[in-house]
Amino acid sequence: MSEPVRFHFDVAGENFVSAGEASAAVKKLLRQLGMDPAVIRRVSIAMYEGEINMVIHANGGTADILVYADRIVIVLEDHGPGIPNVGLAMQEGYSTAAENVRALGFGAGMGLPNMKRYTDSMDIETAVGVGTKITMEVRL
Amino acid sequence: MKIKELRDALNLRVLSEGDTEREISGGYCGDLLSFVMGRCPADSVWVTIMNNVNVLAVASLADAAAVILAEDTEPDEAVLAKARAEGLNLYTSPMTAFELCGRLYDLLA
Repeated sequence: MSEPVRFHFDVAGENFVSAGEASAAVKKLLRQLGMDPAVIRRVSIAMYEGEINMVIHANGGTADILVYADRIVIVLEDHGPGIPNVGLAMQEGYSTAAENVRALGFGAGMGLPNMKRYTDSMDIETAVGVGTKITMEVRL
Repeated sequence: MKIKELRDALNLRVLSEGDTEREISGGYCGDLLSFVMGRCPADSVWVTIMNNVNVLAVASLADAAAVILAEDTEPDEAVLAKARAEGLNLYTSPMTAFELCGRLYDLLA
């Protein structure tokens, strides 16, 4: 197996101006690698939603993107509050975002569902008070 | 239909422009960013009254062809500068989102 191309980003918490910068950078890098625009769009959307979640809920975190010959893997990790009920969080429309965040247009309760929808697999490891690690895969 | 044809047909005021030769595939209307992210098809025109910097990120990452801000909504200077730097097709119009979508629907149908 050949080694994947790796990108690493630190995502700042509570900053809604810089939110999305890591996703935008990934989009640009995938374009430079000559990836299919439809794949880039799926990765961009899934990663943006995850990035926004880390900004809103977890005071930031890290994003690692691994580009293999046959798939792109996105790993988002934070040391935030964790997700007490993943089943509930996965329901469209369920959100715990604060009012000031909703005023910006976030908190529609579509983040995790969008991440699942635009990727081929999504795995959530989370523990309350410890953090959350989400691994998503888009097959090429 | 191309972006520049839409701009002229709806008499949109230009806030920022990039590729105005881009073909439009459809439209989407909404202010909740994750709905737009999840449902707005690529190469669509997105109609919204949201005017913060996150609109630019969503439009770019979801591959929207243009954003039309309804009811003469205008972003602040920092957002405008970013839209221009990114070459986003960003317009504003005195029409309501309802009117804009009706006109857009007729033009694209």
